Amino acid sequence: MSVQHALLALLSEGPKYGLQLRQEFEESTGEIWPLNVGQVYTTLQRLERDGFVESDDTEEPGPRNSFRITESGQQELSTWLSTPPDMTSPPRDELVIKVLSAIKVPGVNVHDVIQVHRRYLVELMQQWTRLKEDEADFDLSFALVVDAELFRLDSVVRWLDSADGRLRRAAVEPVVVRTTPLIRRRLVSRR
Amino acid sequence: MSYLELRNVSKSYGDGAGSIEAIRNVSLSVERGALVAVMGPSGSGKSTLLTIAGSLEEPTDGEVFVDGQALSTMSRNDKARLRRRTIGYVFQEFNLLAGLTAVENVALPLELDGMSARMARVAGIAALEELGLADRAGHFPDELSGGERQRVAIARAAVGERGLLLADEPSGALDSENGEAVMRLILTACHRGVAAVVVTHDAQLASWADRVVFLRDGKVIDQTIPPPTPESFLEEQPQPSPNR
Repeated sequence: MSVQHALLALLSEGPKYGLQLRQEFEESTGEIWPLNVGQVYTTLQRLERDGFVESDDTEEPGPRNSFRITESGQQELSTWLSTPPDMTSPPRDELVIKVLSAIKVPGVNVHDVIQVHRRYLVELMQQWTRLKEDEADFDLSFALVVDAELFRLDSVVRWLDSADGRLRRAAVEPVVVRTTPLIRRRLVSRR
Repeated sequence: MSYLELRNVSKSYGDGAGSIEAIRNVSLSVERGALVAVMGPSGSGKSTLLTIAGSLEEPTDGEVFVDGQALSTMSRNDKARLRRRTIGYVFQEFNLLAGLTAVENVALPLELDGMSARMARVAGIAALEELGLADRAGHFPDELSGGERQRVAIARAAVGERGLLLADEPSGALDSENGEAVMRLILTACHRGVAAVVVTHDAQLASWADRVVFLRDGKVIDQTIPPPTPESFLEEQPQPSPNR
């Protein structure tokens, strides 16, 4: 998560003090991600150095300094909002690697490994859903953050379900052994 | 005491070599006020488990208790009465009667159980009001949206003094927002003391439950432990990553 750009977004509403930014940041993320004051001022210093914000005076950033976004900061914020994050390459997902490794390890039942992770993820989802049950109706930002986490965890559970089924089918069907990195070749050819 | 208990329940279809064992030695108990989700892929035995729990099918082995009564000791009439009075069903396809209005659908099980049409209608309207559907009481199912139809189905399942609600993929055809609304309604029924079982392959739906039981090839292979309180969970969340 980019705290830098989240602060720029808050400053786009008008000049604000550091403590005010901290409070509004926490409120805008449903208070899921607390932010310490030092982190706010370090980020503001960096934004000022890059010309994205201006403060009232030249002293060190502190509680009495008010910050405002510059034209360059507005441009940076606008570019960031409309630039999709880089998702072109599959991440080195630890869970995926665990499942792929479990297939290779003698004496390990990959389906048991999958179930351990599935249960853990569903337990996490239960915890997030409980938060939504109690809080979401009262705070839109909080509901959006919780939903984002639930959909993320849900997508992992779906992948585990799919992998479980695919491995069961593969156990009764002939396995095709490939020696070339097919995914990389296909990704490149589709660009 | 458990309101619903399945004790070492198995169910087979067919005989001899062609016999298929849909569920095997399943034990499950659900207290009053609890919501239990049963998760598993297609063919894992989820729906069979639900129909046996609801006395729509008989197990090949094992015993089912509802409100302390063993179903195997009950006559067919007693079981029919139990289904009318005690058990509510919610299906993926809603199963509303097309020729009846929303309130008539909800009131039907009460009328079948001997309640006067007037009293059943009053109870039906009260159940629809609770689900925010009072203004749709006079509409026929084909005049309602998918989400509204499922809410009517839940009102029908929860109307009267029912203690057990059984739902089979209750939000299967609905979008995530309506799916969430359906689970909130089932949870509301649980807060009134209803014991509920929802079978689903959807982790987001299952996550509304107090306990999630995982079914695979007809057997219970795992279950979640009860989640901690929201406050203690939030305290464990990671801090934001360093600035970029």
